[in-house]
Amino acid sequence: MPVTLVKERYSSKVGEVVLGATPEQGGTRTATVTVGGDSALPFLHFEGQTINRPVIAMEVTDVVPTWSDIITKQIGDVINDPAAWAKKCVDEFGADLIYLKFNGADPEGENRSPEDCARIVKEVLAAVGVPLVVEGCDDSAKNNEVITAIAEAATGENLLIGIAEQDNYKSIAAAAMVHKHTLIARSPLDINICKQLNILINEMGLPLNKIIIDPTVAGLGFGIEYVYSIMERARLGALANDKMLSMPIICTVGYEANRCKEAYASEEEFPGWGNLEDRGVLWEAVTASGVLQVGASILVMRNPAAVKLVQKNIADLMG
Amino acid sequence: MLIFGERINGMFTDIGDALRNKDPKPLQYWAVKQEEGGAHYLDVNSGPAIPTEERVAAYEWMVNVIQEVSQLPLVLDSTNYNAIEAGLKVCKRPAIINSCPAEQVKIERVFPMAIQYNAGVIGLTMDKKGIPKDADNRVAFAMELVAAADEYGLPMEDLFIDPLILPVNVAQEHAPEVLESLRQVKMLANPAPRTVLGLSNVSQKSPDRNLINRTYLAMAIASGLDAAIMDANDDDLVDVAATCQILLNRSIYADSYLKVFRTR
Repeated sequence: MPVTLVKERYSSKVGEVVLGATPEQGGTRTATVTVGGDSALPFLHFEGQTINRPVIAMEVTDVVPTWSDIITKQIGDVINDPAAWAKKCVDEFGADLIYLKFNGADPEGENRSPEDCARIVKEVLAAVGVPLVVEGCDDSAKNNEVITAIAEAATGENLLIGIAEQDNYKSIAAAAMVHKHTLIARSPLDINICKQLNILINEMGLPLNKIIIDPTVAGLGFGIEYVYSIMERARLGALANDKMLSMPIICTVGYEANRCKEAYASEEEFPGWGNLEDRGVLWEAVTASGVLQVGASILVMRNPAAVKLVQKNIADLMG
Repeated sequence: MLIFGERINGMFTDIGDALRNKDPKPLQYWAVKQEEGGAHYLDVNSGPAIPTEERVAAYEWMVNVIQEVSQLPLVLDSTNYNAIEAGLKVCKRPAIINSCPAEQVKIERVFPMAIQYNAGVIGLTMDKKGIPKDADNRVAFAMELVAAADEYGLPMEDLFIDPLILPVNVAQEHAPEVLESLRQVKMLANPAPRTVLGLSNVSQKSPDRNLINRTYLAMAIASGLDAAIMDANDDDLVDVAATCQILLNRSIYADSYLKVFRTR
């Protein structure tokens, strides 16, 4: 009896989003990066196309981060200099994008000025040719100020800027529209809010192919299954022609995975967990590999050793 | 849930006059207006306005003038299959043939035509003797139509079974039988055929037509209805269709779901 390969026929696909802009397009990037466009479940090449492979954005912060030594020692001296750090991520670690996070803008920290942040963005733009993802600090009022200044200073570069949230999206969406950038729309592990936020942003006039979904990923062992099922549902929605859920997804894997105790607690403290060096790398790599299976398009990562593993995983899955 | 806009029908005076005078404006007006209301397809019916010998030319003209202003696919509604074929020849997007009863002679005419023009078929659960009273006989006719789809190679999701709703004021006992038919039709094949109703029939000559239409629409969708030929400009009715999508978890909830349903 012959076996017929069962192939699902989907009526639609994930939208494609272009990040960055070359000189001909009004920016200064050496090449743009396109994400999304899948017409099937992740990596099911036999029933649809995965036109663009998932990409990795490596995290660079404007102030020296308080990350685990296991990560910082791989980054080395450049950790004091965002431009040099970004360059190392691209040249040595093979990052597709640079994710620039302005923790230093936080009013409760260094309270760095918006102008100062914009200057650093310019320096990083000069140092690398890949597109940038830029997020401010976790104080939403200050974030709006910082991102507005950066959006203006980098007009035409088509940065991916964040964060737009349901109760705070208007000023940042306006900045994205006026200065031709792409926007991250974040929802708190809630597909209904995710969809509604996309509708609200789109109603302001930002096209659907200028929006990236951030579903608020969780680290392995700390609720990853919630975001896993939400991402799966969003992908199925996109394939069934739900345009308001058809944007590519960004996952801040590095931040979430490295918050987990398993990623930084020593072997002396927890002998049963084994060697920290391996565990730290794997905690981030497995978190990333998990969300790849439900359609992550952009992985934001920190640990260069984990990046290397996930790059190999993506290459294998792309066949 | 697919909405087939019912308004371009020669039974309505403005469309009947337009057909007689070869005036495209009323057809084009309703094409655009129904699309704005939420229609996914436009039903096209010349009604009795055009003499039989002119129907072929009339359908070709209707399809062409509607396609000048609307991207929506069409449902070609006639008992004259030569007229339907003339329309299919000029359709730019895959259309649906409305309709074919469970009669061998008509199946032999309609199903090959559907395959040839990549069209869907609305199959009526009736034969020469008329509309059956109970669900069992409706489902038996549906099974004949499902077998015909299989025989001619029509994809099951391109077959729309219409279990034929009748006016509740004169044929009240049919309404629950139609709901039961919808449930059973969904179990006839895998994938199942789709289902459709000429919704407005249920309220013919009753008061409060809109209330009857929207109540029955919700009941029918819950029983397995996939499409309805209906008033796409009855906002409350379209709201019911949108809300059913949400309550049956067919579309992901968002606060603006009513708006999303209308803007694809």
